[in-house]
Amino acid sequence: MSSDAPSAEPAIETRGLTKRFGHQAAVDHIDLAVPRGAVFGFLGPNGSGKTTTIRVMLGLAAATAGRVQVLGREMPRHLADVLPRVGALVEGPAFYPFLSGAANLHRLDSADRHASSTTRGARVEEALERVGLTHAAGKKVHAYSLGMKQRLGIANALLSPRELLVLDEPTNGLDPQGTREVRNLVRSLAAGGTTVFVSSHLLAEVEQMCTHAAVMSAGRLVAQGTLDELRQVGLAHVRVRTPDVAVARRVLVRMGLEPDEPVRDERAADEQAPDERPAADQRDVLVSAPMPDGAPEPEAIVEALVAGGVRVRGFGVEHPSLEERFVALTGEGFDVAR
Amino acid sequence: MSSELSVLFRRRRTWALLLALAAIPILVAVAVRLSSSRSAPGEGPSFLDRITQNGLFVGIAALVVSVPLFLPMTVGVVAGDTIAGEASLGTLRYLLLRPAGRVRLLVVKYLAAGAFCLAAALTVVLAGAIVGASLFPVGPVTLLSGDTISVGESVLRSLLVAGYAGISLLGLSAIGLFISTLTEVPVGAMAATIVLSVVSQILDSLTQLGWLHPWLFSHYWLGFADLLRQPIAWGPFVSNMLLQAGYIAVFGALAYARFVTKDVLS
Ligand SMILES: Nc1ncnc2c1ncn2[C@@H]1O[C@H](COP(=O)(O)OP(=O)(O)O)[C@@H](O)[C@H]1O
Ligand SMILES: [Mg+2]
Repeated sequence: MSSDAPSAEPAIETRGLTKRFGHQAAVDHIDLAVPRGAVFGFLGPNGSGKTTTIRVMLGLAAATAGRVQVLGREMPRHLADVLPRVGALVEGPAFYPFLSGAANLHRLDSADRHASSTTRGARVEEALERVGLTHAAGKKVHAYSLGMKQRLGIANALLSPRELLVLDEPTNGLDPQGTREVRNLVRSLAAGGTTVFVSSHLLAEVEQMCTHAAVMSAGRLVAQGTLDELRQVGLAHVRVRTPDVAVARRVLVRMGLEPDEPVRDERAADEQAPDERPAADQRDVLVSAPMPDGAPEPEAIVEALVAGGVRVRGFGVEHPSLEERFVALTGEGFDVAR
Repeated sequence: MSSELSVLFRRRRTWALLLALAAIPILVAVAVRLSSSRSAPGEGPSFLDRITQNGLFVGIAALVVSVPLFLPMTVGVVAGDTIAGEASLGTLRYLLLRPAGRVRLLVVKYLAAGAFCLAAALTVVLAGAIVGASLFPVGPVTLLSGDTISVGESVLRSLLVAGYAGISLLGLSAIGLFISTLTEVPVGAMAATIVLSVVSQILDSLTQLGWLHPWLFSHYWLGFADLLRQPIAWGPFVSNMLLQAGYIAVFGALAYARFVTKDVLS
């Protein structure tokens, strides 16, 4: 079943993958590469095309254009070989409400011709235990809470040992405790060598459990790489906190830097009672400038600032946070992409 | 397959359908019993008046009553639900991700619907035999041809009739399966299937459309009377089988063509 050099090729690879619904391209020419063994965060706001990508990847829907390889094999042609090695939670859990949690897992497992029926009972029990549902195993699913269904959905993905787990928004509807458990579960699965592909609209979640990430925006893939690579993209900035804005900017320009528009450091001002606030020319302002290759060393900048008579009250060189990157890539606010 | 059957028959709705079917012979028997003093033999629908003479006819009479509407209704519910029901629950995607195989899923779903057809017809006949035996005298049965058969053989004949009625519904099931692949709304597929069964019977009753009648899936639905003659007239039985097989082939192929290329987006 596995190819000659399984670890060399990515767990998932797409080339120009496109899916249109009518005229709208829900997924627009995306080239994903998910390395084996990675915990890969697939990040994007609601409606950016994450679930659609997963559906096409797993052969539920046909691509309009482009190719997909999963575990080294072309999809959907080799679906019958690939899917038994993949556990999936797609667009939320779905179960027969009139069956118990355990009966649901039995039912779905027996749909797989290759799943052994002799070990089924034990595997169901173990999967339920992993997600903490043992006590509710005999309860009908219509009596489950949203979080319990979500857990059962994850248990369903874990029924057999898998090489690849695809989890679409696995923490939806979970309480903080459940979210933490999912995080730990993903980590332990990854430690066991499983590749995990987890989609999310929450940056914090991806940041906490993933080694790699890709960012979707309105159907397009706008960034991808290891988390460190994603942080490195974009220049580091030097930030100076000082009341002497004009002088500081002049010094920076003289050193070959291009200062950004000044930002008042509101935090510094707000910490003081109104009548104690310094006069306008005494207030701290953040002066920042990008640091391209070949820029002076930070210590040289401080020295020049101090020598120029700038009251330096704070200084640092920082990479933009992932959050700033995410916002820059996908736009701010709660608007659904389309 | 066993999993499919167990899901189907563990469902409370399936039992509600079968119970409703079982209620029909009971109603028929009670109604005839209450009114029997007033209706002279020879009046009323052909099977109904025989009930008073022999309780074993209750099952057959109930079948005559249920074939036009009640049986197709229950079959429409089950067959219309096959794929659309899974799609609306969202379990369709998890079955396909197993992978269950689209063709295999279709075949298993159809076989389960077929099993329900037989179970439905059997329910009517068996419930009828039981209630008939408890309300009316039971004895050797006089057939439509005038011959008399023993109680034992009449039970066999009843089972044969139930089998005939079950098989008659297989074509409708195939239509329901196809409609079910077209939508994610199971109620829509159910309603469409039931409506088609009514339309087919209406067309069958229009004499102007005589050329069409042998091709209607409902054409032989009441043909089981010929199984109650001595010797058994197998003609309609065979024609019915061929016709239903034709419907299964055509609508099975349509369902296949539709389902293997369908985007599962529910
Ligand atoms: N069945 C469908 N028919 C038409 N458009 C759809 C369908 N499913 C999704 N879309 C559209 O595709 C886009 C991506 O949706 P989706 O992949 O579900 O996003 P995400 O999972 O990132 O929230 C959305 O704009 C959505 O409106
Ligand atoms: Mg989604």
